[in-house]
Amino acid sequence: MKPSAANVLAVGILSGAALAYEILLIRLLAIVEWHHLTFLVISLALLGYGASGTLIGLLRERFLKRFAITAASFAALFGVMSIGSFLVSQRIEFNSLEIIWSTRELGKLFLFYLLFAVPFFCAATAIGLTLTRFGEQSPRIYRADLIGAGCSAALVTALLFLVHPVTALQIIGCAGFVAAALFLSRHAMAILLGGTLLVVAARSLLLPIRVSQFKELSQALRIPGAHIVQERSSPLALLSVVESPAVPFRFAPGLSLSYAGELPQQVGIFSDASGLTVLLPPGEGGRGPDEGRPPPGVGYLDFVPSAAPYHLRRSFANVAIVGAGGGAEVLSALTHGASRVTAVELNPQMIDLAGAVYREPRVRTMNAEARAFIRNSNERFDLIQIALVDSFGASAAGVQALSESYLYTVESIAEMLRHLQPGGYLVITRWMQVPPRDVVKLLATSVVALEKLNLRPARSIALVRTWNTATLIVKRGDIDPNEVATLRQFCDERSFDLDFAPGIGREETNRYNILDEPLLFDLASALVVGGRTREALFDQYKFFIRPATDDRPYFFHFFKWRVLPELLRLRGRSGMPLVEWGYVILIAAIVQAFIAAIAFLLLPLVFLRRARKRTIVYFGSIGLGFLFLEIAFIQRLTLFLGHPLYAAAVVLSSFLLFAGIGSGIVDRVPRIRIAPILVAVVALVELPLVHALLYFLLGLPQAAKVPISIAAIAPLALLMGMPFPSALKRLAKREPEQVPWAWGINGTASVLSSMFATLIAVHFGFSAVVGVAALLYVVAALSTPDA
Amino acid sequence: MLIGTVRVGMLTAVALFALSTGASDPFAPARARMIQAIEDDVRETSEDLGRPQLTSRVMQVMASVPRHLFVPPTLQPYAYENRPLPIGYGQTISQPYIVAIMTDLLGVKSGDVVLEVGTGSGYQAAVLSRLVSRLYSVEIIQPLANQASERLRTLGYHNVTVRQSDGYYGWKEVAPFDAIIVTAAASHIPPPLVQQLKPGGTMMIPVGGPFTTQYLLLVRKTADGRITTRQVLPVAFVPLTRKK
Repeated sequence: MKPSAANVLAVGILSGAALAYEILLIRLLAIVEWHHLTFLVISLALLGYGASGTLIGLLRERFLKRFAITAASFAALFGVMSIGSFLVSQRIEFNSLEIIWSTRELGKLFLFYLLFAVPFFCAATAIGLTLTRFGEQSPRIYRADLIGAGCSAALVTALLFLVHPVTALQIIGCAGFVAAALFLSRHAMAILLGGTLLVVAARSLLLPIRVSQFKELSQALRIPGAHIVQERSSPLALLSVVESPAVPFRFAPGLSLSYAGELPQQVGIFSDASGLTVLLPPGEGGRGPDEGRPPPGVGYLDFVPSAAPYHLRRSFANVAIVGAGGGAEVLSALTHGASRVTAVELNPQMIDLAGAVYREPRVRTMNAEARAFIRNSNERFDLIQIALVDSFGASAAGVQALSESYLYTVESIAEMLRHLQPGGYLVITRWMQVPPRDVVKLLATSVVALEKLNLRPARSIALVRTWNTATLIVKRGDIDPNEVATLRQFCDERSFDLDFAPGIGREETNRYNILDEPLLFDLASALVVGGRTREALFDQYKFFIRPATDDRPYFFHFFKWRVLPELLRLRGRSGMPLVEWGYVILIAAIVQAFIAAIAFLLLPLVFLRRARKRTIVYFGSIGLGFLFLEIAFIQRLTLFLGHPLYAAAVVLSSFLLFAGIGSGIVDRVPRIRIAPILVAVVALVELPLVHALLYFLLGLPQAAKVPISIAAIAPLALLMGMPFPSALKRLAKREPEQVPWAWGINGTASVLSSMFATLIAVHFGFSAVVGVAALLYVVAALSTPDA
Repeated sequence: MLIGTVRVGMLTAVALFALSTGASDPFAPARARMIQAIEDDVRETSEDLGRPQLTSRVMQVMASVPRHLFVPPTLQPYAYENRPLPIGYGQTISQPYIVAIMTDLLGVKSGDVVLEVGTGSGYQAAVLSRLVSRLYSVEIIQPLANQASERLRTLGYHNVTVRQSDGYYGWKEVAPFDAIIVTAAASHIPPPLVQQLKPGGTMMIPVGGPFTTQYLLLVRKTADGRITTRQVLPVAFVPLTRKK
């Protein structure tokens, strides 16, 4: 039996809507709650995909008898629940921060899982049912599924630039009803009309988004007179501009205890209701330091540690500020007399909102990701400043543990050093943690990068510390005794500690902001020695401080399994901040996903003895392998395309589109059974090749990079689209009752896959992820269902 | 807001009545367990705190303040657990162990005049009030300031004055202070507070998120006006394993 064009279109739309919903949910939950909770909730909710296979497997006959109405109902239910789940979640008084203290909140967390699993479950049931019904035509349906998702990945990125997340949610809800109307064309008008009414009516309930009372934005808005003056939304973040006339913002991390003056009027900008950055006031008559006098109160910029380099030289000709944000560091460079300042900022809306400072005549604005900017620049700077970008909260709780950062890798630091004039400085400021973690790792990373450039770490590094920040100064060349003396004076005048500098003695450090012992001096001294001393330190330190690399770009990962028993013992004794939540949550997510997968998928399979072992192994391994390769590709191309967001959109879209095309031509390919083997071979050959080639082509303009990336993805993706539909088609012919199980197993495996890929990459790097993926495809080839 | 204040007032009045008539305090066993938990934690972290135990005066006061009257009524059953609790308005009442060590590390004497920035529930103020001569406390959120003020008054902590104002500027009219305790987060230590601290005085700032204290920052002003800080980890943890 052939599916109608309407059915195929419905599958495409629904698949696209489900993917868009996943991306949107990540956005919405990041605004309402925190990133780590988002990860936990979504990773489990996606198991709704797997559960749909179980449901169809069990009720196959009944569903098939009334196919049109069943598929339409699930599609419409997706429309209702995509919005409904979020609405209900907004009304549950849930505080994720309390989970560590009490089990009462765990129940609510469980409720969140169930809520958000429902929409995915509904969409997947409608799609899986169509696959089951028209099994022998599965290549065509699977193609629609992949192409729908592929288009959606690109579209939703664009959409999130144009509309508020709530509007995007409404559009996704409508898509569910459109798919329902296509499945049940007899009642198309009624479904569309009813659905639209429902979605439009929901708007007043959806707005405003209720943000956790403990997030920084909520706290700021509770101050009398504080209010939001502007909001800008994009797939990068929801930016809220807040004015607080009665109790002004006074954001000055690392400000010297010797500073006695006032701070200037600041306007706060929150990203996703946290991550405060501030805008400084324009100068006299709205003009900046170039035309008028410097704005009042900015004198404080000389009393923060990042001002140190400006004291080392009379003036700087060419300064780059990386992560310029609200522009405080840019203003600091200007007031310290820099002749030319390049301000690099990732978020275009941030540049827009910050306005004045980016328009100063001496300022050149670059809307780019830091790494891409450096890479594409053929300039040499006297000073590169990496501003303190992420919030203290995120840094303290270790929630970024698993987010990749290509800014703080050995390759990145080396690249920045290469873009310095001889004698130029790279200055990086970070929050200080107790006991120190990222500062130590940053030291280690810089030491290794310096060695790569044949510079002398012991002579090129200085570290300035306040009670809550640390600023690392790396010079391309030796820091001379005069410079050390200048730094000494700079620090003494401001009660900062000069914890490390060439020729400095242990007793000279740790004077103002006193740690139990001069730990940072000891650590830095051991790191610059290198060799076995450094290795021993990496081993003995209870946090993971081995430098991050481009292949293992997890700068914020500090967790060591060895320390886990000690941390667990301290958990109830104020040891919380020592535990790195990002990592623990990944493990928790894997464990819970496994339990859920067993409960909803494996147990029914075992008890009902309905699925064959081969079905499980084959569809499980290609489900795992597909996402492994996709994730590895995104990782490789993030560096190349220079922007995590665009890389994800380009890679995801082209992967799915080409896999869709591959799926569509399955019938015309001879010897289709060797497709998994081909995938393994091509992956092993192509990915390293692409990696090397892309490094070589890094200097190309963006317009050329996108087509090159797509061309790199095409052959592998094309092949990867084949194993699923070709096997499913054969299955449909011989054992049609196996089709829903194949769908469910494949769905479950892909959910587990993204988490495992992260785990493997954290410990062994992305090359290992590719290796494991190839192995999985070989396993698939050996267990082809009717081989 | 008004209703909230009245309700808090009535509750505390009823409780006070129960205490003063000598009726057995149903929370006494829970409070005793809390004291035990604090003592256990302190023993565990004695090296980090630089003292084998907290002064008995601090522990006596901890054992006397009715913490359950400082939390929302629905959370009273959990009031004496050694953990922070939400009190509304995005604020929390700190973990008893943290309150105890902060109070102890502040090292106040009976004649001291102390400033608290961030009154919250008023629990920390209640504990400190029994150890010093006068306590001034500022809170930016009006309803919290009202509730805490009313609560402290009815419970008989008469040497505490609460006002609603911007803590950044301290309390100039009654400065300088022997000690300052700042429970509201800030990106830096406000210069006006440093100025209002007497030479030889101590300032205490817990640093961390709403439900976690990462470390305690102890700010000292020496007799000659020099400022130093010291970070105290509230947990027994040495980051570097030494070779034996």
